[in-house]
Amino acid sequence: MANLKAIRIRITSFKSTRQITSAMKMVSAAKLRKAQDKIVRLRPYANKLHELLVDLSQSLSDSEVENIYGRVSPPEKVLIIVVTSNRGLCGAFNTNVINETRRVITEKYADQFRMGNLTLLTIGKKGFDYFRKQKVTMLPDQNNLFNDLTFENVNLVAEQIMKSFTSLEFDRVELIYNQFKNAAVQNLTNEVFLPVETVPSGKSKTVPTDYIYEPGKEEIIKELIPKSLKIQFYKAVLDSFVAEHGARMTAMHKATDNATVLIRELTLQYNKARQAAITNQILEVVSGAEALRG
Amino acid sequence: MKIEIVTPDKKIFDGEIKSVRVPGKKGSFQVLKDHAPIISTLENGTVRIVDQENNEINYEISGGIIEVKANKIILLADSVR
Repeated sequence: MANLKAIRIRITSFKSTRQITSAMKMVSAAKLRKAQDKIVRLRPYANKLHELLVDLSQSLSDSEVENIYGRVSPPEKVLIIVVTSNRGLCGAFNTNVINETRRVITEKYADQFRMGNLTLLTIGKKGFDYFRKQKVTMLPDQNNLFNDLTFENVNLVAEQIMKSFTSLEFDRVELIYNQFKNAAVQNLTNEVFLPVETVPSGKSKTVPTDYIYEPGKEEIIKELIPKSLKIQFYKAVLDSFVAEHGARMTAMHKATDNATVLIRELTLQYNKARQAAITNQILEVVSGAEALRG
Repeated sequence: MKIEIVTPDKKIFDGEIKSVRVPGKKGSFQVLKDHAPIISTLENGTVRIVDQENNEINYEISGGIIEVKANKIILLADSVR
């Protein structure tokens, strides 16, 4: 039987750990709600923009609009954007992204990787720390993005990436991130950011409205495409941010539960040990008295 | 007529108005009731709304796009100051 003091110390340590994890769970829950609000606020804008794009592309007879973001060429130079978190303690959140990125590098883009034509851009310190130690070309990290996550800040990064695509620095840009499903579930997503697929030319269900276009259809589409790209990028980063807090909340919840179970088991052990010790002492006293009388 | 002004970060304005003046790419223009359907890109400038009580509300936007259709206006602004 383990000695009483050792068990008592362990119980105390578990209790203080549980306090920390449950506090972290509360913090994550609060941050999760705040971040979720951001996504909710983005949604009307994203939806309206999409509606407009669909409306416009329907009224365009032939999509002859020159789209500099749609340049499809064999992917010789590839950029992969890896979105992780800045902090740990969120379960498999970062590991999933890192593993997927490694898989993409070694399987899908093995040739480009060998030729040194594969570049990584990390958003989030965890991914940066991991890939810094590998032999991968990396752009300056964008880890500070999460400190002040607004559309304007994310926009700057998106513009930079789009510019490097149009100036032929890269032929293909992919995004790997965790998409938020609910607090407990993240969907690991790997999507092509650039080149964009041609504007969806869905069959018109309603009679297209006869709009006046200012300055002109082509110009408007040309402005809308980069806008919707930026929104897509912002949404990815935001999704990952929300998913991170969800993952952390769940991880901390589980840690708290585990601590509770362990504390209960240890307390049982402690009480057993305590009772055994008392029984022993009584036995000693009784047998001592017995010996004296004899 | 109804107008919605949204940015990627939040919804700025949503409600009934009398008129709105926006900085179109080809020059500023005003939208009144029963305006013809129009889609226009916007430049940096001031969006001036006159609401039902004749109060003027001004927003500084940096680029965006406006859609007017059947007395329903959607203004997507890049950012609003």
